[in-house]
Amino acid sequence: MLEAILGGLRLVATLDLRLWEIVGLSLAVSLSAVVFATLLGLPLGAAIAVGRFPGRQAVIVVLNALMGLPPVVVGLFVYLLLSRAGPLGELGLLFTPPAMVIAQTILIVPIIAALARQAVEDAWREYEEQLRSLGVDGLRGALTVLWDIRFSLLTAVLAGLGRASAEVGAVMIVGGNIDGVTRVMTTTIALETSKGDLPLALGLGIVLIAIVLALNAGAHLAKEAAQRRHG
Amino acid sequence: MGLAAAALVGFITVASTTSTEQSGLFRHLLPAFEKKAGIQVRVVALGTGQALDMGRRGDADVVFVHAKALEEKFVAEGYGVKRFEVMYNDFVLVGPKSDPAKVGGSKDIVAALQKIQSAKATFASRGDKSGTHFAELQLWKMAGIDIDKAKGPWYRDTGSGMGPTLNTAAGMNAYALADRGTWLSFKNRGELVISVEGDQRLFNQYGVILVNPSKHPHVKKDMGRAFIDWIVSPDGQAAIATYKIGGEQLFFPNASR
Amino acid sequence: MSAILPLRLQGVSFAAGGRMIIPPLDLTLEAGASTIILGANGAGKSVLMRLMHGLLAPSTGRVVWSTDGPRRRQAMVFQRPVMLRRSALANVVYALDAAGVPVGQQARLAREALQEVGLSHVAGRAARVLSGGEQQRLALARAWALHPEVLFLDEPTANLDPGATREIEAIIKAFDVAGTKIVMSTHNLGQARRLGDEVIFLHQGRVAERAPIDRFFPQPASPEAAAFVKGELPWD
Repeated sequence: MLEAILGGLRLVATLDLRLWEIVGLSLAVSLSAVVFATLLGLPLGAAIAVGRFPGRQAVIVVLNALMGLPPVVVGLFVYLLLSRAGPLGELGLLFTPPAMVIAQTILIVPIIAALARQAVEDAWREYEEQLRSLGVDGLRGALTVLWDIRFSLLTAVLAGLGRASAEVGAVMIVGGNIDGVTRVMTTTIALETSKGDLPLALGLGIVLIAIVLALNAGAHLAKEAAQRRHG
Repeated sequence: MGLAAAALVGFITVASTTSTEQSGLFRHLLPAFEKKAGIQVRVVALGTGQALDMGRRGDADVVFVHAKALEEKFVAEGYGVKRFEVMYNDFVLVGPKSDPAKVGGSKDIVAALQKIQSAKATFASRGDKSGTHFAELQLWKMAGIDIDKAKGPWYRDTGSGMGPTLNTAAGMNAYALADRGTWLSFKNRGELVISVEGDQRLFNQYGVILVNPSKHPHVKKDMGRAFIDWIVSPDGQAAIATYKIGGEQLFFPNASR
Repeated sequence: MSAILPLRLQGVSFAAGGRMIIPPLDLTLEAGASTIILGANGAGKSVLMRLMHGLLAPSTGRVVWSTDGPRRRQAMVFQRPVMLRRSALANVVYALDAAGVPVGQQARLAREALQEVGLSHVAGRAARVLSGGEQQRLALARAWALHPEVLFLDEPTANLDPGATREIEAIIKAFDVAGTKIVMSTHNLGQARRLGDEVIFLHQGRVAERAPIDRFFPQPASPEAAAFVKGELPWD
């Protein structure tokens, strides 16, 4: 096993342009999905946290459950939407990186929204009276709290990023794993594994983990620095 | 991504099979076409059944698979314009070096399958509607075995592509039917070796079909035709013949003129 | 702009979790006198203040101001100040913005408020790194900037040391002098004496006694209040 790992790292180190294209595409797809999912998920989570409406508890339960959406199911759903035989076929998005971004965004919006909802709800308990005393309520209150706890929300965003970079089911189905066009790290690892080239697959896996680790470390340092400045 | 020779005018989507993709043929073949015609070929590799389904849905411009009966049905149902023969390769029966069913070295695939079934030696099947899977089912029929009735714990239906099926076979020291291309580039062989090869009945024909623009008007018919014309032309056929793994030619061009 | 006082509570009660916390009461608060609300823990002081300020809705009855003025005519300071993760100045600006003050005036009014409470030197510092006493002063600056007619304070110095307490009391006095009606709950009898003009004594959610400060101290008329005063910590 150790030889396989070392062999894999050696292969990866000598690998060419193609590997870096794949890494670049993986990051582009997952980071884009995280950006969109954050723009959609944070306000959604905050609104549910602060709002009072009938069926609220049910919405929270469903949102939490959707965190566990199987990627392959999301992939299938988006495939059926974007297929020429489907309602959005005209757009011609199937088997392109945008389709992968769409699928991953759908996959991680619930994660970011559910975690944001929890964080905002906890914070709202602290802020509510003071904000309402100032006449701030509803949407404005939710956004104020959201911005105020922005550094703790980083955890929610990183959770989404982790899920997106790790999944293979959705991007495989809607992307088609096309060489040079929609092949990303996870689908490459799946492909190399199925070709029996385990050392290469392992090497790529380590690169993937290293990248995600680096992103997390960077975010953590940013969070620490900001917290020291703002208290 | 290809050198910038002819200016890129567009791309087509080709639905093909995992065995063709994993053999590495496309990486060898497509750059020549892209350079000449300026058309990027995007290959989505699935099983034969799924590739044809993609064609039916209109999600591909061209299908390139290896199951003649299914391809002819595809054209007959109006989803494809015309079927052209392109090349053939062969299947091999791989199995453990220990050879529990005693079929090693034989040239008779039908007899070998009969021996495997009576010995109840472990056999890994693709079970995924692929061209290879259909070929395997045909061979069981030829051997006079109703595999649905005869299958037992010795017959493992993996429901997956060629590579994963070979991984499984290597992991459980089982026999499996594989296309030579995937086998030659497969690196995780474990104890597996080729047990049976060379039987005429292991011959595997590939066909290419343009998805019918009357059914799906958005199909890129001109670029699709250009690809098909090239692959059956002397240039394309020569490119296929020059693809080798470890000095061995994998695919044998046989387009009719 | 007409005054929002007097404030009338008519048949106001509050129940929660199956318990009646404040049985129906009628109460009128007039402009001018600083009102101290006294009572044991659990007597309902915080609930009453929140009912008056509008943070809680009464279970029965109505809370009626004399004009339906915009909310900024009242402000409230809590026992624990709640600040946003921004600078001290930005916190005051936020309150002004929420009150609809034009953007062009916000910074100036905020700085004036900080100056009034002696926090000009920390205007740019993160509000949350200030000391407890400074944060409470900031809360008062935030309220000051709005020039409220009524200022509610819920045990504002309970968590502060004597030095900080004195600073806060000075500011509250300044509010009073400037014309803001003070409504404050406290445990600190000395503080009540220093800042209040009248006392409302709550016992189990009921107004057991209401009297001018000089009549309430040294001897309250009602037995509940008398027992309370006797049991409280010595004056400081």
